[in-house]
Amino acid sequence: MPDQSAIIARVSEIIASHQGVEGPLLPILHAIQHQFGHVPQAALPVIAQALSLSKAEVHGVMSFYHDFREEPAGRHVVKLCRAESCQSVGADRVAAHAQARLGVDWHGTTPDGAVTLEPVFCLGLCACGPAAMVDGRLVGRVDEARVDALLAEVR
Amino acid sequence: MLKVYVPRDAAAKALGAEDVVAALRAEAARRGVDVTIIRNGSRGMVWLEPLVEVETPEGRVAFGPMTPAAVTQVFDGGPLSLGLTEELPWLKAQTRLTFARCGIIDPLSLADYRAHGGLEGLARAVAMTGAEIVNEVSQSGLRGRGGAGFPTGIKWKTVHDAPGPQKYIVANADEGDSGTFADRMIMEGDPFVLIEGMAIAGLAVGATKGFVYIRSEYPDAIEVMTEAVAIATREGVLGASVLGSGKAFDLEIRTGAGAYVCGEETSLLNSLEGKRGTVRAKPPLPALQGFMGHPTVVNNVISLASVPVILAKGAAFYAGFGLGRSRGTIPLQIAGNVKQGGLYEIAFGLSLREIVQQIGGGTASGRPIKAVQVGGPLGAYLAPHQFDIPFGYEEYSGQNALIGHAGLTVFDDSADMLKLARFAMEFCAIESCGKCTPCRIGAVRGVETIDRIGRGDPSAIPLLTDLCETMKSGSLCALGGFTPYPVMSALTHFPDDFSATAKEAAE
Ligand SMILES: Cc1cc2nc3c(=O)[nH]c(=O)nc-3n(C[C@H](O)[C@H](O)[C@H](O)COP(=O)(O)O)c2cc1C
Ligand code: SF4
Ligand code: FES
Ligand code: FES
Repeated sequence: MPDQSAIIARVSEIIASHQGVEGPLLPILHAIQHQFGHVPQAALPVIAQALSLSKAEVHGVMSFYHDFREEPAGRHVVKLCRAESCQSVGADRVAAHAQARLGVDWHGTTPDGAVTLEPVFCLGLCACGPAAMVDGRLVGRVDEARVDALLAEVR
Repeated sequence: MLKVYVPRDAAAKALGAEDVVAALRAEAARRGVDVTIIRNGSRGMVWLEPLVEVETPEGRVAFGPMTPAAVTQVFDGGPLSLGLTEELPWLKAQTRLTFARCGIIDPLSLADYRAHGGLEGLARAVAMTGAEIVNEVSQSGLRGRGGAGFPTGIKWKTVHDAPGPQKYIVANADEGDSGTFADRMIMEGDPFVLIEGMAIAGLAVGATKGFVYIRSEYPDAIEVMTEAVAIATREGVLGASVLGSGKAFDLEIRTGAGAYVCGEETSLLNSLEGKRGTVRAKPPLPALQGFMGHPTVVNNVISLASVPVILAKGAAFYAGFGLGRSRGTIPLQIAGNVKQGGLYEIAFGLSLREIVQQIGGGTASGRPIKAVQVGGPLGAYLAPHQFDIPFGYEEYSGQNALIGHAGLTVFDDSADMLKLARFAMEFCAIESCGKCTPCRIGAVRGVETIDRIGRGDPSAIPLLTDLCETMKSGSLCALGGFTPYPVMSALTHFPDDFSATAKEAAE
């Protein structure tokens, strides 16, 4: 876990590298999350000052978007598609199986910190669902056995 | 030397394309064969992915769905061989205008792009005035493929005529609708066609800067588009002098952050500006006061990617396809519980039955089709008695339905329409931008009301109907305003799923 001053230093660098970008807030938040895995609290006042916003405004933007996390996720993130095309081929069943296996609900992280389970609404794999994204890797035609195999890989 | 194509398309990857590539390399090494593997886009036959193709003197021969264990067939032949790709009936019957190159070329080879007719439209546009380009697009009859079907030429004319030193072109690549993947496929398989379309739009309206707003759920598309923009800039297709015209046009790729509502154009603009993605009241139109208050064209990816062929072959050529006021071709995305799912580009006008039964081959499960949801999560569920409806904007709105981004999700008879109606309300509640009460609160009430019906309380049905009326009339945008379509169509066409007694009787 980097300390506060290290976070602030890195955040300042990220902000500086976005100079000249029109509407830089989302690109900055993405870059910070890419760096730290979440957007640390300590980053908010730095961003706010650099962009002449209030800290509440920055927080307001961040909390609007599902992607940005205030807390780190588990070591692995498993996203399962919940949208209609995937439902038509059994996504609900697959999700229930994953939840039972992991013992967590949507957005939950296993107690050992290994896996966070997230819902996602469409990955553009609607003709080969149910779809999943495991640490950024896409997987199609996921069934219960596939969930077990994917979880075995990451645990 | 053996030349082999393995798609880099996200669907092909999700079905194992990377493992197939590794197995192909290993097998080639074992045999001492010199192999070149080109990572093309998808041909759109998702049920055959990963679809491997081998170049032969007769043409490209397809193998699929390929597995790592079966790669020997690529060298020796075998049951996965499908013959010449171009002769596959599913592909041959299409009219590929927008997707003409997708799956054929190396997506990141500008030379390939040119060799297959790329940049002809832009070259022609460079020699025209802005007003002439706008007129050509108007004459083609092209309407927005993002959902609302607004005439693209009229939108461009508004921006063209708007005064202002700085104008923008924004490609809406948020593609949040379930059942759709056309934007993703073209960005991964033929990124230069979107770039070309945006550059033409820039010349037409006098914009020098463009953004492609891509949802974060599409990392492959983001990667390919980013590389393609760098190549196009290096090669003078973009930059200070587009194709040597002396006119500037630059492009930037932006990433969304997981909010469905940011596909709505004004919400998208707020997001681009670094704000919460709330919807803006119209007027002012984005065409007049869009990004940072400047005149802005916001168009769907497919609308923009259809412009190069219109400029290259002429408005009359494009308008020669279609039905009624729905001109040109539409990339149907056949998804869900369907045997042959994928992207099928064809002139407007096919009946839903032809699409899901003949082209789609019926359900994947082999059970009867119960419903097809057309147009994503805000689109209606159509029942088999409506399957004769021809694919067109007016034809669908006449049935209280919409074609949206042309995604079709097939459900077999195991689908529970009450559960799907509940999901529509739940999705609206999760994704609401929060600006209007009928959407923000109404959707939550909608879930509760459907739960009451599900528990066997028929007195909640009129409440649900009233609630849908309130959402329809009192919502600022189509998230709150159109969620009633899937809900009411499910209730209207499948009343048994909303009646406890009928449900029990069936069980
Ligand atoms: C909730 C909501 C989500 C939308 N999502 C998208 C989308 O993902 N992609 C898109 O092109 N249009 C989407 N639209 C439509 C856009 O607001 C807009 O009409 C479109 O981008 C205009 O481009 P076009 O004229 O080329 O279709 C959405 C609209 C609403 C209300
Ligand atoms: S209908 Fe919903 S999403 Fe649209 S503006 Fe109103 S609250 Fe926002
Ligand atoms: S908060 Fe994003 S899906 Fe639940
Ligand atoms: S609905 Fe699941 S990937 Fe599109």
